[in-house]
Amino acid sequence: MNRATTLATAQRVLRQLRHDPRTIALLILVPSGLMVLLRYVFDSKAAFNGLAPALLGIFPFTLMFLVTSITTLRERTSGTLERLMTTPLGKLDLLVGYALAFGAVALVQVLAAVGVSTALGLNVKGSFWGLLLVTLLGALLGLALGLFTSAFARSEFQAIQFLPLIVFPQLLLCGLFHPRAQMATVLRWASDFMPLSYSVEALKRTALTTDLGGAYLRDALVVAACALAALGLAAATLRRRTA
Amino acid sequence: MTYAIARLALAPPLAPALTDAVTHSVVQCENLLVQRGGRTVLKDLSFEVAQGTVTGLLGPSGCGKTTLIRSVIGVQTIRSGRLTVDGLPAGHRELRRRVGYASQGASVYLDLTVRENVRYFATAVGAPASDVDRVIEEVDLGRLAGQLTGQLSSGERSRVSLAVALLGNPRLLALDEPTVGLDPVLREQLWSLFARLAKSDITLLVSSHVMDEAERCDQLLLMRGGELLTQATPAELKERTGAPDLDKAFLRLLQQTGNAA
Repeated sequence: MNRATTLATAQRVLRQLRHDPRTIALLILVPSGLMVLLRYVFDSKAAFNGLAPALLGIFPFTLMFLVTSITTLRERTSGTLERLMTTPLGKLDLLVGYALAFGAVALVQVLAAVGVSTALGLNVKGSFWGLLLVTLLGALLGLALGLFTSAFARSEFQAIQFLPLIVFPQLLLCGLFHPRAQMATVLRWASDFMPLSYSVEALKRTALTTDLGGAYLRDALVVAACALAALGLAAATLRRRTA
Repeated sequence: MTYAIARLALAPPLAPALTDAVTHSVVQCENLLVQRGGRTVLKDLSFEVAQGTVTGLLGPSGCGKTTLIRSVIGVQTIRSGRLTVDGLPAGHRELRRRVGYASQGASVYLDLTVRENVRYFATAVGAPASDVDRVIEEVDLGRLAGQLTGQLSSGERSRVSLAVALLGNPRLLALDEPTVGLDPVLREQLWSLFARLAKSDITLLVSSHVMDEAERCDQLLLMRGGELLTQATPAELKERTGAPDLDKAFLRLLQQTGNAA
């Protein structure tokens, strides 16, 4: 990996975003806005406290998935990816550059959402930093999955369809709608294989209990490992030579 | 130099040692076969491109020009045959610094300014920072350097793409239809630039389907239906076919080879 080209890539991605202020506004404001919505749908601080931690993980995960799959697809269809692959730039330089740039965006997004949630009465009993860390890992996971799945989309239309395919099952099974322990065995197993389940579990723990034990660490590590694995898979989809 | 190329083209059975002594070939292609989606797109192509020349790749659209250029820069999977650039197999790691490429559509970022585009690719190629302004001037975009690429006309965009291809110190420039959508003045400027680059010993492989551009090439590769019809200089082609211009020469060649087959 080369530091100069990695940083140049991150800088380039951020520059592209800077020329698109509407996307920046949407990225930063939408999760916060949804938290406001959530707070008043239930109109109860207790209910909000129960759901907000999980959603703080889910929103950045989903948005990053969407943003990166579209951006990478554009890179593929516009020919810029093919061009980059004819230069000495390494595949990892490109992917890590993307991860750095969108990771920075995710950080701002998460900080805004956590700030708004706190103002709305979210009471982080455990560790605020623990919450932030897992939220960011979730965003990185979404990013890596987005990079990976975009390789299988021929058009932006198809890329969007991967959202219900990859993200929605994880949403349904992550324990947000129904406790994982009470699910049918098969669904429990499926849920065990979905990284979002671990992210949501860790978030609940950081927000609702003061005890950040080994279980938190294990969950956070699972999310991080999944993000890295997806990034590795994404690197494998970048080809210097195509048929 | 031109004489040497002419001999090379007219007498292909010449011993390799002898041709190497006369001129150095940057691209060497033997029996290249490329298939895409089960269809043979390039059928048994053999040719050479001499150093410091402008070689025009001509033929009707769909004849395989783009696939050939993609093969030369090493992004196209080859079924069989031998294709080397600068003595190394096409697509070799070492060649990533030595080959400049501009695809048919302007493969640059539309949501970046001209300078931001060139600066990023300069880092990717490993070109010095001073190259950024040089290549922007070379394609005459200095006035528009601060503009968003997406707001430029298609001709201007393809010049941004060309500027990126010029970055670093490429030994070979592979340009796929670089003059499409350009007005006559700009086309003239670009072909003068190509000639200037060739003089400084850069080798250019330029595809086009405009025959009047063929006149500006040192050497022509004429293709049809995935096959190489001939490799010749513009003068040879006219002489061989007895046609007054290259347009007619190409048509006659198509008819001759059509009858022969």
